[in-house]
Amino acid sequence: MASMRDIKRRIKSVNSTQQITKAMNLVASSKLNRAKARFNDTKPYFDATRNVITNVVKGSKGVSSVFMQERNEAKKSLFIVIAGDRGLCGGYNSNVCKKALEILSSKENSIVITVGNKARDFFKHKNVEVVKAFKDISEKPTYSDAFILGNEAIKLYEKGEVDEVYFVYTEFITTLTSEPKAIKLLPLDPKDFEDEKPHSSTLTIYEPDEEAVLNYVIPKYINTVIFGGMVESAVCELSSRMTAMDSATENATEMIDNLNLVYNRVRQGAITQEITEIVSGSNALE
Amino acid sequence: MAKLSLKIITPSRNMFDGEADMVVMRTISGDVGILHGHQPMVTILDYGILSIKIDGEEKKAAVLGGFAEINSEGMSILTDAAEWDAEIDVVRAKQAKERAEARLKNAQSNIDLKRAELALKRALVRLDLGEK
Repeated sequence: MASMRDIKRRIKSVNSTQQITKAMNLVASSKLNRAKARFNDTKPYFDATRNVITNVVKGSKGVSSVFMQERNEAKKSLFIVIAGDRGLCGGYNSNVCKKALEILSSKENSIVITVGNKARDFFKHKNVEVVKAFKDISEKPTYSDAFILGNEAIKLYEKGEVDEVYFVYTEFITTLTSEPKAIKLLPLDPKDFEDEKPHSSTLTIYEPDEEAVLNYVIPKYINTVIFGGMVESAVCELSSRMTAMDSATENATEMIDNLNLVYNRVRQGAITQEITEIVSGSNALE
Repeated sequence: MAKLSLKIITPSRNMFDGEADMVVMRTISGDVGILHGHQPMVTILDYGILSIKIDGEEKKAAVLGGFAEINSEGMSILTDAAEWDAEIDVVRAKQAKERAEARLKNAQSNIDLKRAELALKRALVRLDLGEK
């Protein structure tokens, strides 16, 4: 059995770990509230952009844009993976990376753009070429970050260096549950919009013309999707960190309780032993 | 006269959601005025000043690109960045203008030139509105 001093030391160390996890939990939960507010603010823009695309795609049958043409052979795929910079957030980082890897391994040739150090390290380790890695933006993404990232992807696509673009992020369901999700950004599939009903008629005018509008709106839409995904992922990162730290704090409490029990037992044992020794010593003297 | 329901949305906020008598915006093919009951339309916006008339009063904002959609329900303007006239930081816009002009003079490549031109355009729109 461990000595009293060892147990005491262990209790102390668990206690200080608990203090850290507790603090991290508090920080994450206050950041989470702010991130959620941002998430709600970005929603209207996203919905409205999607609406316009739906209307244009459905209202202008037959008009196609570079961004909608399926290329004969998808030789090279680009993956945009959104994860966090730091760990200690449960399975958040590894779940989203695994999801990306799952689709990536079914492709012949792929490159990735990562957001967050964790995703970069993951793909480097798997020997996948990381063309660009963003860091320090995952916790508080701004539209201009998304804009830079989106333009990078669009440029690669337009130049023909990649033939399709996937976007992997984490979808927020509730504070306790989130799920990694992958969507195909480019080429844009008109079928994606089919089950949404348009509210504009075929009489809509497009200034200057349909193709120009599509070619202008689609990159905007892509940037919006990326921005929305980044903001949503940030919410998920914080909520899973909060949950992970909450259960870590709970586990620490349980551990301290158990250790205290053991400590008391050992202390009692030591006292009993001492008394027995004294009694037997005095008996021997008589 | 019936009013036009108007929404101005940027990625980070809902800038305006209400009713207006008339909206004048700068599209890439010129200024366009919209009243209630306009035909459905989707148009690309240029950098420029947006003016909204509500009950005889005029509200102005600098809109930096984006697009506008008009349908039977109303009008939405979606833009990357927009500011009301009162929100414009004139000092900053002036600095941006000077910086862009300096860059235009010593631009090395085509991309630099384009970027500086856009920056100058943005600064000019802001200054135009901010100094009024």
